[in-house]
Amino acid sequence: MKPALLSSSALLVLLAAPAAAYTVYVSNERGNSITIIDSETLGVVEEVPVGQRPRGLNLSPDGKELYILASDDDHVQVMNTETRAISHTLPSGPDPELGVLDPSGNPLYVANEDDNLVTAIDVEKHTILAEIPVGIEPEGMGVSPDGRIVVNTSETTNMAHFIDTDTYEIVENILVDQRPRFAEFSKDGRRLYVSAEIGGTVTVIDPAKHEIIEKIGFDVPGVPPEALQPVGVRVTSDGAKVYVALGPANRVAVIDGETLEVTDYLLVGQRVWQLAFTPDEQFLFTTNGISNDVSVIDVESDTVVKSIPVGEQPWGVVVSPQ
Amino acid sequence: MHIFVTCLGLLLLLPGVASGQDAVRTALLRVQHETPLPLSRLDLPPEDLGLAGARLAVADNNTTGRFMGQEFTLEEVDVAPEEAVAALQGALDQGARFVVTMADADTTLALADAAGERALVLNAMAPDDRLRGADCRANLLHLSPSRSMLTDALAQFLMVKRWDSWLLIEGSHPSDTLLADAYRKSAAKFGATIVEERLFEDTGAARRTDAGPIQVQKQMPVFTQRAAEHDIVLAADESEVFSGHLPYHTWEPRPVAGSAGLVPASWHPAHEAWGATQLQRRFEREAGRPMRPEDYDAWLALRVLGEAATRTESTDPDVLRDYILTPEFELAGFKGQALTFRDWDGQLRQPILLGTGRMVVSVSPQDEFIHRVSPLDTLGTDRPESACRRN
Repeated sequence: MKPALLSSSALLVLLAAPAAAYTVYVSNERGNSITIIDSETLGVVEEVPVGQRPRGLNLSPDGKELYILASDDDHVQVMNTETRAISHTLPSGPDPELGVLDPSGNPLYVANEDDNLVTAIDVEKHTILAEIPVGIEPEGMGVSPDGRIVVNTSETTNMAHFIDTDTYEIVENILVDQRPRFAEFSKDGRRLYVSAEIGGTVTVIDPAKHEIIEKIGFDVPGVPPEALQPVGVRVTSDGAKVYVALGPANRVAVIDGETLEVTDYLLVGQRVWQLAFTPDEQFLFTTNGISNDVSVIDVESDTVVKSIPVGEQPWGVVVSPQ
Repeated sequence: MHIFVTCLGLLLLLPGVASGQDAVRTALLRVQHETPLPLSRLDLPPEDLGLAGARLAVADNNTTGRFMGQEFTLEEVDVAPEEAVAALQGALDQGARFVVTMADADTTLALADAAGERALVLNAMAPDDRLRGADCRANLLHLSPSRSMLTDALAQFLMVKRWDSWLLIEGSHPSDTLLADAYRKSAAKFGATIVEERLFEDTGAARRTDAGPIQVQKQMPVFTQRAAEHDIVLAADESEVFSGHLPYHTWEPRPVAGSAGLVPASWHPAHEAWGATQLQRRFEREAGRPMRPEDYDAWLALRVLGEAATRTESTDPDVLRDYILTPEFELAGFKGQALTFRDWDGQLRQPILLGTGRMVVSVSPQDEFIHRVSPLDTLGTDRPESACRRN
């Protein structure tokens, strides 16, 4: 056991050296700021003040524009990632919470919690392309890899709404468990993972057939079941591992993408909300809303290697493509 | 007959609604009991108290219903206590199979018994523990927390603060006595000591007078003078005769809790955690005023039906009722965890908010109190103590 451990940590050191330096952006919901982290040094570079109650974050494919959903300002702020200044805002409708970018980088689809709408925003022309009525309290947003379907989850209606991005019409509604928070497609587009915060489950959906494949539950000894509240979900690009942030359980669950069994629970900071990989998938960053830090998970070994203090009540996280 | 015709007309207009499925028809019975004016004019009850919450839930249900091909209707009935049972019969005759009641304990019980097998009754007002105990009914569910849930919620917080010596002041009305009893039980349950009890007699004085505050400033300190050493003044004053005047007028500089000061309730208009801001905003937009506990309780009652219809994909009242009474039934209520019904007494398990006039101070159950089934069962009457025999 011991030699194996030693060699794997030696390997880590070797691997860590040539890793590319990415930039990690963390929105601080209460701090009204973005914390910028260097993925190589795992140190904070800067904390930039932005609009009111920043939550969801998206990056343009070229990494030049950071879209900040400033919930209490009722618009999207666009940060120029070179100057780190806000270059302009986009109209989003009221209280934008989470958004998802078309794989091409345009449009940006945003969930408006207060208005039961999903808004499609043209990020180049700065105009609203469409407003799509969905269920009550829309929140989670996922886009299929081919960009043809956007999935929105509505927290009180408890559905995943499948929206055709050509017609902006809902083509299917799938009932999931209580308070769905997040929707994430696998890279091959064959699976859709939807987390339900109060239901305590992740529903795995076949997006082509619109059928539920599996419902994944969680169980951590010593943690009361009502604290197991799945929020953010990320899938490795080969689909082999699925990571689920479990909120006040202070854990990230690791799920085998084949068997859909939970293989591990990683202890992170308090009230873990959202997750983001580095593009090389060496690290997974988690935002921990109550402990005001970001945990760094080494994806290969599934170990938490560092916790980085950030601003007040971190919520969203994205990592630059370069 | 008239209602039937309108419904049919609506169905024809909405081709999306699945044919053959009747709407989920619910009646809201608001029984107009005589209640004294509140001490603060900020607490004057709005005309649509409770009703506004029920209406919002019906709108919420219909938004989801749009995707399910389901429709929900609400018959709104305001009635005097002596006419409540007749009004219920009328609603049942017109096809309501679910009845939400906002009434006192006796009327609630009379309504549940009159409904019998014909309807499921959802209590959205009466906090009386006896409705969950010796007087429970198989067709009666409780959305509003019981008095003991409220007093336990406050007691837990006070124990966490180590404010375990209480000066209990109770009013002279029957409901005040019930509330004081609940505080005594909570003290015994969580290890607090009631160091002294005082009774504030309601002499029927007018609620407001031009000379008011000056006299109160003299009266309240004297009333609370020379009490045994205590950490907190606890007011059991459901009829709101005196408690509002206690804060800042006690003889000793002590915080006030219970019916004034730090108050336990199912809802608070400043509650924002767990997505509650969205419900608050939705409600305020529709009702034009902040959401009160009565509105939340009525909202919950109607949402129970919406949730059951969504999950069972049915609007058949028997299907809904059966599902609501199973352990699988869960409802999200902006309190950070699923709300479920206790199978031993029909009470909805729920966290209780502890609030002052402007802020939510804490939410119980407190982390320090654990339970082998659910921490929510540390609030109110647990299965082993229940006197309810529902079957």
